[in-house]
Amino acid sequence: MAKEAVPMRVSIDSDVCIGAGQCALTSPDVFTQDDDGFGTVVPGREDGTGPLVREAVRACPVQAITLHEATEESRA
Amino acid sequence: MTKTVAFPQNRTCPYHPPTGYPRTEEERPLSRVTLWDGRSVWLVTGHAAARALLADQRLSTDSTRDDFPLPTERASAVRRRRRAALLGWDDPEHNAQRRMLIPSFTLKRAETLRPRIQETVDRLLDAMVAQGPTAELVSAFALPVPSIVICDLLGVPYADHDFFEEQSRRLLRGPTAADTEDALARLEDYLGDLIDQKRLKPGEGVLDDLVARGSGDGGPERRELVQLATILLVAGHETTANMISLGTYTLLRHPERLAELRADPTLVPAAVEELLRFLSIADGLLRVAREDIDVEGTVIRAGEGVVFSTSVINRDAAAYSDPDSLDWARSARHHVAFGFGIHQCLGQNLARAELEIALGTLLRRLPGLRLAVPAEEIPFKPGDTIQGMLELPVTW
Ligand code: HEM
Ligand code: SF4
Repeated sequence: MAKEAVPMRVSIDSDVCIGAGQCALTSPDVFTQDDDGFGTVVPGREDGTGPLVREAVRACPVQAITLHEATEESRA
Repeated sequence: MTKTVAFPQNRTCPYHPPTGYPRTEEERPLSRVTLWDGRSVWLVTGHAAARALLADQRLSTDSTRDDFPLPTERASAVRRRRRAALLGWDDPEHNAQRRMLIPSFTLKRAETLRPRIQETVDRLLDAMVAQGPTAELVSAFALPVPSIVICDLLGVPYADHDFFEEQSRRLLRGPTAADTEDALARLEDYLGDLIDQKRLKPGEGVLDDLVARGSGDGGPERRELVQLATILLVAGHETTANMISLGTYTLLRHPERLAELRADPTLVPAAVEELLRFLSIADGLLRVAREDIDVEGTVIRAGEGVVFSTSVINRDAAAYSDPDSLDWARSARHHVAFGFGIHQCLGQNLARAELEIALGTLLRRLPGLRLAVPAEEIPFKPGDTIQGMLELPVTW
């Protein structure tokens, strides 16, 4: 039974990111590396949906990626 | 009575963890081992504990602290007095160094290097085949591939490869402490001169970019540049060379896995990931606790040394089913062969690209590849350095 989907939001703390690229390697449709080498979310994919997003969160060596329930203002 | 377990130990088989390290469930995730200088330190062998600890900044990599665990007398001869760039620093200094380099080692950058890596691999294999049908694979292929690639990327003249490969060998494998000290001094002199030349006549490598940043305010000073160049050059060729030689040996010793790869080359990236896990060639990461740390009920006290056997960690049955078998279908993700936390390998994207191209092309070009002498006769590296084959005589 599918649960009612809770809207999610994924973000990367670029002060913490060490540019290892694990996120982009694990889930390339949601994550990429910007020109400076830091992990970023692919524009339009901030809702963090995709089967491998949780894997990417786990793969990040410095826990720079957070996946959390979208609040009213972040959804807006 | 508990018996004393030594660290590091030699492998009995080049692709399995040393049999003397604790591997049973009861002994996980932490146990005590004794170093060459008689010091007792923690050995981490559990996968979950290793990931938590490697990400924990209460552990330091400052090798100049008296209580930092160094695995050999020769490592101690250089690392007690000065730290390696990047790897020897904690944040915030580490972060400032790493940020200068991140743009040069992204996944995208590694992708753009692929055609050059392929050309290099093809050229070396052409030369090897022309002189065949036997070769010593370490000197003909495994070492020159990453050496040429890192020279290209950094802007170091490959013409000098005999020199820096020899110094890297002495730096990492001695045999004596004096060798290590002398090799490091020579490498640093060489790279210092190269950096001075680049200041006058800039080129296009990563070192040239660093030199260009160094001339402005807040950029790296000469000394820091030399130390960064040293770790990039050494880490950039020795490790990947060992993965190519030991990876090839391991494939030749697992004919069924080899046949699967030959039948379906799209398996190569998964095979490279699984080989990284299975072989864990950087088998001894080193830290010291700055504060007390509770790990699954065991307390590591401030000032205690902590060493990580990546080969045992990457075969934790709680993380990988049937961990001692080589399996392309498993998800080898989350292995710690490149470390974890802030020091996780800077060159990993480059290393993956090199390994995929080198191993993939070798198998395709030489369908009859096999060992030229009995497997048991082929020498491999002792446990106190990066793991790999000393020689690999092959025929096809
Ligand atoms: C298959 C090949 C390689 C393996 C298995 C490997 C393994 C590792 C490991 C385990 C660490 C972490 C050490 C620790 O936490 O104590 C590390 C760090 C590092 N590696 Fe690699 N490495 C490889 C290739 C490369 C390449 C090609 C480069 C290219 C320059 C490189 C550069 C570095 C650097 C600079 C660090 C230190 C990073 C930091 O402290 O932030 N490595 N590597
Ligand atoms: S995996 Fe983590 S550290 Fe690596 S690029 Fe992505 S966010 Fe940054």
